[in-house]
Amino acid sequence: MNDSKDLILRRIREALKSPAPVPGGHDYSHAETTPTRPKPDLGSFRQFLPEVENDFNSQWSLLSKNFTALKTDFGLLDSKEELTRFVQELQRTENWKRIGYHRGGLTTPIIDSIQTEKVCVNDPYDCQDLEKCDVGISECDAIVAQTGSILITARSAGGRGLSALPPHHLILARTSQMVSDLPAAYDLLYQRYGQSYPSMISFITGPSRTGDIERIVVLGAHGPKKLTVAILKD
Amino acid sequence: MSTGYAKEFKENSGRMSQDLTHRAVIKKALNAYEVKRDENRSKYLDWQEARQAAAEIKWEAVNHLDRYLLEMTEKLEARGTKVFWASNAEEARNYVINLSQEKKVQSIIKSKTMTSEEIHLNSALEKLGYDVIESDLGEYIVQLNEEAPYHLVFPAMHLTRGQIKEIFKKKLGSNTSDQPEELTMVARDIMRQKYLTADMGISGANFGVAETGMISITENEGNARLTTSFPKIHVALMGIEKVLPKLGDLALFLPLLATAGGGQQITCYNTMIGGPRLNDEVDGPEEFHLVLIDNRRTELLSDAEQRDALHCIRCAACLNVCPIFKSSGGHSYGTTYQGPIGSVITPHLRGLQDWKHLSLASSLCASCTDVCPVKIDIHHHLLHNRRNAVSQSPVWWEKIAFIGFTFATAIPALFQLSIKIARLLQPLHGLIKGSLIDPARAWTQTRDLPEIPAKSFRQQWKERK
Ligand code: SF4
Repeated sequence: MNDSKDLILRRIREALKSPAPVPGGHDYSHAETTPTRPKPDLGSFRQFLPEVENDFNSQWSLLSKNFTALKTDFGLLDSKEELTRFVQELQRTENWKRIGYHRGGLTTPIIDSIQTEKVCVNDPYDCQDLEKCDVGISECDAIVAQTGSILITARSAGGRGLSALPPHHLILARTSQMVSDLPAAYDLLYQRYGQSYPSMISFITGPSRTGDIERIVVLGAHGPKKLTVAILKD
Repeated sequence: MSTGYAKEFKENSGRMSQDLTHRAVIKKALNAYEVKRDENRSKYLDWQEARQAAAEIKWEAVNHLDRYLLEMTEKLEARGTKVFWASNAEEARNYVINLSQEKKVQSIIKSKTMTSEEIHLNSALEKLGYDVIESDLGEYIVQLNEEAPYHLVFPAMHLTRGQIKEIFKKKLGSNTSDQPEELTMVARDIMRQKYLTADMGISGANFGVAETGMISITENEGNARLTTSFPKIHVALMGIEKVLPKLGDLALFLPLLATAGGGQQITCYNTMIGGPRLNDEVDGPEEFHLVLIDNRRTELLSDAEQRDALHCIRCAACLNVCPIFKSSGGHSYGTTYQGPIGSVITPHLRGLQDWKHLSLASSLCASCTDVCPVKIDIHHHLLHNRRNAVSQSPVWWEKIAFIGFTFATAIPALFQLSIKIARLLQPLHGLIKGSLIDPARAWTQTRDLPEIPAKSFRQQWKERK
């Protein structure tokens, strides 16, 4: 089908022949039509976004506060053994019969230690099988202290479905993956993927929720009802 | 005289503003939002500077729109996305319809997109026999109730849990209590299989990214993530004004949208999509189509004075503070985009003379301009629309009235005389006040004119000297 690309671009160029005033300061004085201030960018956002301190301890306490407020469960684990026990304990209490996961440095050894039915998304998988999983276990790219968000991509977290479909999403991460704020998370994306971006990148902030009925928050609207982050000290 | 749309608006808003139940429901919902919004806004080091930066970034994007759109689409196409440029609603609809026919699509799942409402996509697809289902809970509720979304962000805000329970019972045969948890789970259970079996997923896009060729979707429920993960074909609809220059700009826009729109620091899922599933990825759609929609946005673009209305990120903060919205209700507008921003842009998108009445329905309190996270000069644009409407098609009797007024006020003796006559005639006005033969009926029906004082200022001044 032919589209209207040329027509639309022509209309835009025609329209832009008359310049529009640059947004003014507090008084809405629209006078200039060329910007006089430097363009705002990632570096300057920290001047006005919510502040995050520089040291690990304050970032960790901010992160824990955010996790708690968002109803994200989390654990800070001292060793790989502890991390494994943490996951095994979850399996027992929640009685997981089927686990969805992707292969990775943190996930593989732990999944191997658990005896139950498994769906590995690295092999071609049937989405109906993933739907029947009690949990999806994935890694991530980063954890954002400022907002309590987990940054995942199709490459780091086993594609698109694993972290969205099962009722419980368990993320295995390391303390070194914590970044201070959203600008830092975007810096990381530029550096890690600048040459070739994954087809899907997502910030996950708490379990799925809705407020569509009388603005009352209900967890587990369509995505995971439960979100757990197990963080290994490194 | 007023058009059909104006008449409808007047009738509906008149009726709604007397509906105290409606008012209570809206008030309750918005009070909770305001508390959360203020709490999260106060965490910013400088909220005003954040707005200013956002306004400048949007200015840069909108005022170089051709360049950024080309950059975005070239990047997307290089990685396998099919981009379609639609100059109007019909072209956009036809593209989706042709694609569905060509790919033998049967069922379609949608996540929230106001652009789809704008181009009336659902009814066009349903007419052709496609099974189209809205997955966002609020959208699903209004779809079942066969009505338009009430609000840009909270589509079912006007319904109580009791009403929603009844809708579910009638349309789905479900027998639940009216607890929001239970009602939400009904929708969740129905939708899960739909994500996995639908042939096509349709989403909107809150932002486009020129630098890296991506769209960004903001949501809380996870329905957009599921809609864009499992169906073989993903179609995203996006207005041409949504593009941002840089990927990193989202570090500002994601929290800004969440705080202004939902009183959250950031929403639950913010997903950037740059194409169909890549070779080294385990899942995702085989095809990704982006439909870019003009549909008279370029008309608004050519009005340099109001061009900043295209900065809008559809957060609905302006609706949430608007006294007109709160008492008239979202449905009274009869537009896709309600509230102050709807009143500004609808005349551009659908004709000034038909929709100028929305710009008159304002107390000009400027609350909208105060809260807008991208600093759109909303209330002044309402004035601009009023001015443009009159200069485009002047009303003859208003013109005569103003000529008369100008004449009378320019000659002191004549002005004093007319005050005297008015003072004499005013008691007689009581006889016809508000009735059909009252020329000032539109006003006097619901308002009292203050009595003209026995002595004018001029007289009092003279006497005291
Ligand atoms: S005009 Fe401003 S406040 Fe209103 S919806 Fe758009 S961005 Fe939000």
